[in-house]
Amino acid sequence: MIPRIYVPADSGALALGAEKVAKAIEKELKERGVEAKIVRNGSRGAYFLEPMVEVATAEGRVAYGPVKPSDVKSLFDSGFLKGGHHKRWLGSPDKIPFFAKQTRLTFARCGIIDPLSLDSYKSHGGLNGLQNAVAMAPADIVKQVTESGLRGRGGAGFPTGIKWKTVLDTAGAQKYIVCNADEGDSATFADRMIMEGDPFVLIEGMAIAGIATGATKGFVYIRSEYPHAVATMNKAVAIARKAGVLGLNVLGSPNAFDMEIRVGAGAYVCGEETSLLNSLEGKRGVVRAKPPLPAIQGLFGKPTVINNVISLASVPIIMDRGAAYYKDFGMGRSRGTIPIQIAGNVKHGGLFETAFGLTLGEIVDDIGGGTSTGRPVKAVQVGGPLGAYFPRALFDTPFDYEEFAKRDGLIGHAGITVFDDTADMLKQARFAMEFCAIESCGKCTPCRIGSTRGVEVLDKVAAGIEAEKNLALVTDLCNTMKFGSLCALGGFTPYPVMSSITHFPEDFKPAPARVAAE
Amino acid sequence: MSMQAASTEIASRTAAIIDEMKGLEGPLLPILHSIQEEFGHVPKDALPVIADGLNLSRAEVHGVVSFYHDFRAKPAGRHVLKLCQAEACQSMGSDAVAAKIKQLLGIDFHETTRDGSVTLEPVYCLGLCACSPSAMLDGEVIGRLDDEKIEEIVAEVRS
Repeated sequence: MIPRIYVPADSGALALGAEKVAKAIEKELKERGVEAKIVRNGSRGAYFLEPMVEVATAEGRVAYGPVKPSDVKSLFDSGFLKGGHHKRWLGSPDKIPFFAKQTRLTFARCGIIDPLSLDSYKSHGGLNGLQNAVAMAPADIVKQVTESGLRGRGGAGFPTGIKWKTVLDTAGAQKYIVCNADEGDSATFADRMIMEGDPFVLIEGMAIAGIATGATKGFVYIRSEYPHAVATMNKAVAIARKAGVLGLNVLGSPNAFDMEIRVGAGAYVCGEETSLLNSLEGKRGVVRAKPPLPAIQGLFGKPTVINNVISLASVPIIMDRGAAYYKDFGMGRSRGTIPIQIAGNVKHGGLFETAFGLTLGEIVDDIGGGTSTGRPVKAVQVGGPLGAYFPRALFDTPFDYEEFAKRDGLIGHAGITVFDDTADMLKQARFAMEFCAIESCGKCTPCRIGSTRGVEVLDKVAAGIEAEKNLALVTDLCNTMKFGSLCALGGFTPYPVMSSITHFPEDFKPAPARVAAE
Repeated sequence: MSMQAASTEIASRTAAIIDEMKGLEGPLLPILHSIQEEFGHVPKDALPVIADGLNLSRAEVHGVVSFYHDFRAKPAGRHVLKLCQAEACQSMGSDAVAAKIKQLLGIDFHETTRDGSVTLEPVYCLGLCACSPSAMLDGEVIGRLDDEKIEEIVAEVRS
């Protein structure tokens, strides 16, 4: 058998030079007259080790990383095709602590298989869930998903099974499955990684959702900032269609399901589900008032399941291994696993899939290894631009939907951004308001006007103009935005603002006092 | 080409795109993306053609085009450089990176250099948050920007 070399084509790996490494390996193979197959896999998610090159040996896979193009010659000299020792040698990827500590259910194949090989997907357990689903009654599929305890991984945490049941129970000549792949939150990249590294799992999850609810058409709405994910998904859909995974007879069953990939156009608010539906329909991405729920009147007014990428990609394993297997992981009402994305100023950044329940401190200090600058951690923003900033004092908070809500925060799409002690929290609070002003769809006043006023008032605080009075005004404004906005953009912008004010009051003192304090 | 001829040319190429795509469910965004790919921007003269083709009012089409950050009213420079300015990149000094690049290119965000070589834009997240600060140059992703990479980028867009 000819040796196989794995060089990730994941965007993160590409951003760190994987393409040049692949070219260098290709060149070296040619020059040495060695035959080997280069597989462009996804990323396993340890970005501090990317580009991480692996070779398949008789004893299993051996990893090397982070590999630079200039390392390639010496890798060959060290006999890396047989797992030989080299300064970049990492050994078996399964034994690298960052991977060994994880529980990979949704991301079981990501970074391991060739993303566009359906055979490889199948040989790693792919399509088992769909195979089971086509033999089941729709209501039974919905029941299994409900019993697994799976909740929307996009941020809202709404039980997936209940959403599906509403669509199943609503009559409609046409129903839709819409996958929200508008992953705009900073610190999140789980959707991108799975679409680039294991696209068939999303296709399988959507097909199961279609069969479960009677929907025959699906759309994946991917943000335009993810060109590589768009390309991989398009190729994967074409392959799945050709293989009969999609089409009039899914896996030879009487169930029809097909899907299309659509590309967004740079509007953050389109990650909000009703705004996304308007965008898919070809309208301005303006938020819709609810009710009616999308499950009853969604895309083109038809009953629609709209789920996040990770929610849908978690369904195949639930249909394969059973509800109880999935539910066994986690704590309280947060069941199963969650792909935590550790980002920003952190030593060991990447995707870490684990059961709910780790504390924030364990994630940041033990797994993340502290800051990459080596300075003390000052704040951690959990849940993207609309999530709260947590100080060290709250590092005992367990990663769980309810526990974070109790501390006036949210886990959102499970992205966390680490900041060191050079962070200025007044600046971060101002940015939250500024971002809301840039991205507001304009439909409701608290968000459209409130965000702009928020920037102005925080600027006054920064300038030391009646700081106390203006902080009271910001607090009042946040209250109005939180309760008066139509969607999470205006409604959650107060989280980063208020958490900054509450936990880091020293950063909001008037300028002269701040200078004196330093 | 005279102005009228140019406008006829735009209309006919736009009409061809519409013909090809109007069978899609919700065809407007895919059509606008194709038009931008064809012309490098969404020309004003294309709007009435789209409105006619999809049975929409011109105001509706204008409303959609102007809502989304991606659609350009005029062509970009030969290169488009997007710098991520979102939180994860902020935590790794994206402010300083942006300031340096602006100074080296002599332009601010949303501007194009006088020689038309590059357009500079902020972007709010490229999903490269564990490789911050990040950028995208003509669709290619770049992570962990440092002085060396910044200089490479600037040299490339100027060449």
